[in-house]
Amino acid sequence: MTRQVILVLPILVPLAAAVFSVAASFVVQRRVALVALTGHLLASALLFALVASGEVFAVQLAAWPAPFGITFVADTFSGLLLVSMSVITWLVMLHSTASVPREIQRLAFFPLVLVLLAGVSGAVLTGDLFNLYVWFEVLLMASFVLLTLGAERAQLEGGLKYVALNLIASAFFLTGVGLLYGTTGTLNLADLSRQMSDLPLSFPRIAAVLLLLLSFGIKAAVFPLFGWLPASYHTPPAAVAALFSALLTKVGVYSMIRVGTLLLPQPPETLTNALLAVAALTMITGVLGAVAQTEMKRLLSFHIVSQIGYLVLGFALYSVAGLTGAIYFFVHVSVAKAALFLVAGEFERRWQTTELTQLGGSYRDAPMLAAACFAGAMGLAGLPPLSGFFAKLQLVVATVEARAFLSLVAALSVSMLTLFSMCKIWAEAFWKALPTTSTSVAPEESPRAMRFATVGLASITLLLGAFAEPVLLVAEQAAEQLLDRRAYLQAVLGGP
Amino acid sequence: MEVLLAGTIGCLYAGAFYLMLRRSIVKLLLGLGLLGHAANLLIFATSGLIRFAPILNESAPKAPSEVADPVPQALILTAIVISFGVLAFSVVLIKLTAAAAGTDDVDSLRTSER
Repeated sequence: MTRQVILVLPILVPLAAAVFSVAASFVVQRRVALVALTGHLLASALLFALVASGEVFAVQLAAWPAPFGITFVADTFSGLLLVSMSVITWLVMLHSTASVPREIQRLAFFPLVLVLLAGVSGAVLTGDLFNLYVWFEVLLMASFVLLTLGAERAQLEGGLKYVALNLIASAFFLTGVGLLYGTTGTLNLADLSRQMSDLPLSFPRIAAVLLLLLSFGIKAAVFPLFGWLPASYHTPPAAVAALFSALLTKVGVYSMIRVGTLLLPQPPETLTNALLAVAALTMITGVLGAVAQTEMKRLLSFHIVSQIGYLVLGFALYSVAGLTGAIYFFVHVSVAKAALFLVAGEFERRWQTTELTQLGGSYRDAPMLAAACFAGAMGLAGLPPLSGFFAKLQLVVATVEARAFLSLVAALSVSMLTLFSMCKIWAEAFWKALPTTSTSVAPEESPRAMRFATVGLASITLLLGAFAEPVLLVAEQAAEQLLDRRAYLQAVLGGP
Repeated sequence: MEVLLAGTIGCLYAGAFYLMLRRSIVKLLLGLGLLGHAANLLIFATSGLIRFAPILNESAPKAPSEVADPVPQALILTAIVISFGVLAFSVVLIKLTAAAAGTDDVDSLRTSER
């Protein structure tokens, strides 16, 4: 009973806090949000403690037995992701209290963050395809508003592309759901999984699964569907971009892995080969876009696309080793990328610019920030002994095992380019002499909340590298559950 | 009836994509609306084109194959409410965008990509 309450708490707590604080003043909203996020963190940690042993458990809402009602399921994969997302959201939220301008904070900023987190938690925990659509819409709606708060021209134009492409993705998702329901008569993911493995793949089912993967692909920003991301992610305040990079695109990949592994027990080889190609092209185009940028937030936005490629690579290999790599990479990249966006947020607030050509010599003014940025940037590039190294090592081992040598070449060369552009950020912002033409202002003192959040996230990257083995073991257990499916089906449907 | 419904759904999808490929943001929005309708009608078709509602009638019970499946209609109802909210937001968004940019041509909205 208590276990089942814990399972729905990560959704209920932020949602309830958002609803009850939406009419209050922003000072109250901020306090409520900090309390609610702490509650979310505790609930996620408890949930993770319950599933860390390898147990999978489910709640049937309103006691309607599966597959007729809505089911929520927790396994190691969802538990691990919830905890990492919760920690990141907590720190980003702390950062945003200092870095996001007051006039934006007044526009129900904090309730929107809570709704976003509730939507993400719902999407991670649900075991029902249509319910997944609903949670997607909840988190999308919150993100639409967060992205365009302040209504600057660039925000509106970027927002329009983001909204249009995500609505198209939702329509594809609905079409896929309709085709699947029409051919199987069920929406419960576990029940669908059982039916898909019993029967041969017929045309409408293949079409339905492809439509679902396509819609998750748009939301995750994979090649060639990523156009909306670099157009929009750099327009809101950096803290919002940090939140989006850790939650939004990642939910797209999460759903791709979850629905993909459940609905395609034996994926056709053409599909996995196509996914491998998509993964390689996503990595390459993303990093090439990043190399060409000189503005910090734009550069990081292109890197989000590039890193999504690594996650899709782990999924496309369809092996325990590949998924282990993808899951560890998931945690690593969310933390490291959020840390770098928070660094950009400090520049935005203290130097009033994130343009690398206008910056220089910041090392002298902010040695702590320089260290945090270095840890995040080198972690992302994958230098040992930081978290990115272990993530990429695991993926490389998996590609060698699967004899996918083209993907191996792509992953390693993209890694070199990532190192190049990360060195560029660090050297340009902190090391080189301040250009004489620079219009950047002398930095003001860094608020304590902001410094704590940035350094906090950067130290988590270091910890993820130092304690790589336990995290990799958890990721491996999650990967085994994803491919084995039996524990999941039994937890939802009962029986043997 | 089935052919008619299939034709309608196909026309809706085609019309939606045609509108979304035009350059005006108003047509983009209309296209998104049509796309939602197309998906909803497709889900509606999965309930089976049967006349009778699944209401329990003790005196003349009907077999499950004789009544329409009510689940797709519940799904559509949810989807309609959601797409209504999202479209309302999009209308405001395109109005603000057109006012800020001074144009409704999607191709010239490139401030955020330069």
